[in-house]
Amino acid sequence: MSDVEAAFAEADGALVPYITAGDPDAEATKEQVRALVAGGADVVELGLPFSEPIADGSTIQEAIQRSLANGMTPGKFLDLVADLDVDAPLVCMTYYNLVYQYGDEETRANAESPVEPFVAAAAEAGISGLIIPDLPVEESAELRAACDEYGVDLVFVVAPTTEGSRLQNMLEQATGFVYVQARLGTTGARADVSDQTHESLQRIAEFDAGNSVPKAVGFGVSEREHAEEITAAGADGVVAGSVFVDIIAEHGDDAPEYLRQKARELKEGAHAGTSQSHPEPERT
Amino acid sequence: MSDSEDPGEFDGFGGRHVPEAMEEPLAQLAAAFEDIVPTEEFQEDFRYVLEQYAGRPTPLYHAQNLSAEYGADIYLKREDLLHGGAHKINNALGQALLAKKAGKERLIAETGAGQHGTATAMVGALFDLDTEIYMGKKDVERQKMNVFRMRLMGATVNEVTRGGSGLADAVDAALEDFAQNMDDTHYLVGSVVGPDPFPRMVREFQSVIGEEAREQIREQIGGLPDACVACVGGGSNAIGLFHAFRDDDVDFYGGEGGGEGTDSTRHAAPLASGHEDVIHGMKTRVIDDDVEVHSVSAGLDYPGVGPEHAMFRAVGRCEYRGITDDEALDAFRTLSETEGIIPALESSHAVALAKQLAAEGEHDTIVVNLSGRGDKDMEQAAEHFDLGR
Repeated sequence: MSDVEAAFAEADGALVPYITAGDPDAEATKEQVRALVAGGADVVELGLPFSEPIADGSTIQEAIQRSLANGMTPGKFLDLVADLDVDAPLVCMTYYNLVYQYGDEETRANAESPVEPFVAAAAEAGISGLIIPDLPVEESAELRAACDEYGVDLVFVVAPTTEGSRLQNMLEQATGFVYVQARLGTTGARADVSDQTHESLQRIAEFDAGNSVPKAVGFGVSEREHAEEITAAGADGVVAGSVFVDIIAEHGDDAPEYLRQKARELKEGAHAGTSQSHPEPERT
Repeated sequence: MSDSEDPGEFDGFGGRHVPEAMEEPLAQLAAAFEDIVPTEEFQEDFRYVLEQYAGRPTPLYHAQNLSAEYGADIYLKREDLLHGGAHKINNALGQALLAKKAGKERLIAETGAGQHGTATAMVGALFDLDTEIYMGKKDVERQKMNVFRMRLMGATVNEVTRGGSGLADAVDAALEDFAQNMDDTHYLVGSVVGPDPFPRMVREFQSVIGEEAREQIREQIGGLPDACVACVGGGSNAIGLFHAFRDDDVDFYGGEGGGEGTDSTRHAAPLASGHEDVIHGMKTRVIDDDVEVHSVSAGLDYPGVGPEHAMFRAVGRCEYRGITDDEALDAFRTLSETEGIIPALESSHAVALAKQLAAEGEHDTIVVNLSGRGDKDMEQAAEHFDLGR
């Protein structure tokens, strides 16, 4: 069992917050991560900013721009990670471009694949897992091999539209956890969160051929009730990003205290939901 | 040479490097493209609008004065004579027709200088589709005339103020719109770039250029040319010309935006000088990190290139050269003076490359894709050549 899977197993309703590294600078990020973990985060997703963030909405795109404007680079990101000493596994979310072109000429010439230098450096810095939203599962063989070699988890994102053999392929390849994106109705009402989570997990369950990897669900979660509904509907954890990135944008230097409070609120929700959870998603 | 088994792959370039949520809509678009475009009904409708709306076929003109000036027989494929003044309309018509037949109600597009946005606004009006154009605030200010045109034809022009307020930020804004509205919206990509199926779909709609040119040159000289030349930004007019000649003994040359030189830090020539990378949903070649993307021509001012060009370079099917701003401006002036044809600054890169080939003397007959007209570039030209004197 990997660090990330172990963290889910111990969490009893895991909270997986996302923040963009270097927003607004590396020192602030360290304080933010410590605050999130103090508030109850079980795994922390750290965004390594890329200039063309096609998978992110405007809130996170703006955080990425703030970070890049202040000089964040893959090298500085890994230094930041190496400096962080927190009691939660760190997962790096970034784009394939940065993974594909990392490393100096000599390292790249001796590498087994173009992606190996990044995975090796990330593992050494203390990264436990990778999420690469623009890497299709069909083209992930090289990265999967490098991750296996260095003991790094590779997390796949399952969209509301992912079905059939692609979904099966992802579930077979995924380690750490599966990031389930569900589509939220416009109201954001509790019943909506519950139904959507349920539906997504059921769809996945049909293809989940014995892979016990945890399922974490993200919707643009911002409130305790959302987190509670998600774990109550059978998810192993809750992913939340924009809500934390908004706090950082709004509160600046004072953000850590607000991050800690919000993490605690969502963690309490995620935990409370597990006691209402059904072991198996109901079949309809 | 052939594409590998996956139709979206060009010998390892291309692919669909997109967030998982965009995978299914792109797969649906690919399926619609494969199912609808080959039908007789689509082909008939497409041919009609190409001919009667856009003005095809375009002439292949033996530019004798230019030929004498440069020292080789140069034939110009006159895409500059199309409605809108550039080859862009071929692709816009094809995609809008496909979107309409696939039941979409909305078109979106990003635009830099406004040419592609204008072509999209035209077809949006023609096919009665709601049209929204994303354009960086800086470009909106610089390209007022195109903004007025788009609005007059009924399109909504959204000023993008995030980031650097430029083309890349307009792409981000358009992608975000697409991700949220995929059910009823078609993202009309303007070149042979982006995730599959766009590179092969845009090629399909632009390949009429080469099909016509191949017939025309055979009629005019009784054989094939020695070389085909086109400018390459994303690379759609080049692919459009090359595709019909791909199995012929005809050399291909692509003129990239060489800016201040491909060994400088200001150019837009990822094929002549760059590296393999993943950008905008595709694996392709991209300019190096220490290079600032720059070309005198807005249409070539792009850090990447279509994946099929990356493949052509890798296998040696096409030679790509960076044409400097100065060389392009020189060709712009020469064609205007010798033939009374003002080319787009983009197309001037192809003309300048033909000049190089003629001087090297290995090609006697050269087909140049004159992909657009230069009206839009007159302010820049007036300043550069001091025409206000």
